[in-house]
Amino acid sequence: MRATLNALLLSRWAKPVVFALALVPLVWTVWLAWTGELGAEPILESVKQSGLWALRFLLIALALTPLRVFTGVAALARFRRMLGLFAFFYASVHLLTYVGLDQFFDWHAIGTEILKRPYITIGMGAFVILTALAATSTDGMVKRLGGKRWRALHRGVFLAGLGGCLHFLMLVKGWQTAPLVYGALCAGLLALRRWPLRLPNPRTVRTLAPKPQDG
Amino acid sequence: MLFKFPTASQAREDEVTPHGLYLSRRALIGGGAAALALGGTAFPLDARAATFQVPTTRKPADAALDTVTPIKSATTYNNFYEFGTGKADPADGAKALRTRPWEITIDGEVAKPLTIGIDDLLKVSMEERIYRLRCVEGWSMVIPWIGFPLAELLKRVEPTGNAKFVAFQTLMDPERMYGQKSWVLEWPYTEGLRLDEAMHPLALMAVGMYGEILPNQNGAPIRLVVPWKYGFKSIKSVVKITLTKTQPPTAWNRSQPREYGFYSNVNPEVDHPRWSQATERRVGDFSRRKTLPFNGYGDEVASLYTGMDLRVNY
Repeated sequence: MRATLNALLLSRWAKPVVFALALVPLVWTVWLAWTGELGAEPILESVKQSGLWALRFLLIALALTPLRVFTGVAALARFRRMLGLFAFFYASVHLLTYVGLDQFFDWHAIGTEILKRPYITIGMGAFVILTALAATSTDGMVKRLGGKRWRALHRGVFLAGLGGCLHFLMLVKGWQTAPLVYGALCAGLLALRRWPLRLPNPRTVRTLAPKPQDG
Repeated sequence: MLFKFPTASQAREDEVTPHGLYLSRRALIGGGAAALALGGTAFPLDARAATFQVPTTRKPADAALDTVTPIKSATTYNNFYEFGTGKADPADGAKALRTRPWEITIDGEVAKPLTIGIDDLLKVSMEERIYRLRCVEGWSMVIPWIGFPLAELLKRVEPTGNAKFVAFQTLMDPERMYGQKSWVLEWPYTEGLRLDEAMHPLALMAVGMYGEILPNQNGAPIRLVVPWKYGFKSIKSVVKITLTKTQPPTAWNRSQPREYGFYSNVNPEVDHPRWSQATERRVGDFSRRKTLPFNGYGDEVASLYTGMDLRVNY
């Protein structure tokens, strides 16, 4: 089972398929907007959907390493960078729809909101972190920064994730369930990284050791 | 007085659309949508209640600026946390709401407490009023409500000299209103007005909209509409009205007192602690528009708050 999954994920079609799947939320939302099925407030709905998908992709990217350790499916590591970049992509769409559609490039209002509204300040902070991570996501940048510094920088992804969840929690009215669930998942994934579960199977544990191509 | 000056929201004689014409127009352009929206309601519609033959008594002064929101938007984009926190949740979830039998009790500081069935209440004379509705979240709609002034109901029970406030309560029914099982708010939902606000002619008890009986997701069978306040003040599916000596607790104020005041008058000058209230987007529009003080009803209601600091009494 593990071997089959590994082989499947290592095939040359795996990456294009995952790439195409990751674009489905975008295409679907655009299609709904085009056909007028995005509800009474299509602008707010597109801002909301892109934000949610940014968070989801971030959580999926963060879950890949623990998942690889638990299951021993080493090939999962191949998709970490791509899915992390999709989180950045959806966060960019989120920001662009807010700036271009919701506020219609009212820079004065946007500037005021970023400074004045803590939830927007935090959201912008998370986006700045994601931008730095996306910019340093190439092999060349890993080499230039050096593995140790690169790793330290990329631990910032947890800060971005928690920031994104806090941003979500702070913008809704009342204590709603969804942002709390996202926050708990993010905190759980962070805790797993800090205190990894010891697994009895030595073959599985071996995959914990960092390999250069995991970067 | 010899001359009577109509207020901005009052319809002129010649503006009142004969209901027959209104219906025939609706049949042409909106019949399908209306049927669709009403298809979602669970209670049996009798022929008499299905449409209201009533005059339009109030409408926005500038019809071009305030076009009526499509009924589909008004019935699919709702905040009714008893049926979930998503905007589309109530349209589906509220099908479970039972609106018959339904009684409203009016008690407290009144000479003649009253419990009245909804069908008896529907016999009072109705009117249509086209009001702007501004949500505290920064969006707005224009809705043609059918109803009667809250003041008429309150006069019937004869408030005593002690009555200073009016408290409202929504139905408590966690089995059907499954949102009441969550802790997003303290249930049942409560709201309140000062007595003079409640007696103001603009304060409406609505039993219908768009010429039809009120859809469940919009607060059937009877709801409050206070057009100069943020939407959450206009409590839905009311079962109890109590006149009180002191200011009653209200649901959102209890949940987050810093964010939602007792008054909650629409005020572009006073931001919500987390977002600006200076602008709003009319549902269906692309760009935002400036929010008006008291949602544009200042000429009629600002005098209620003379001498009050509206930053303190937000």
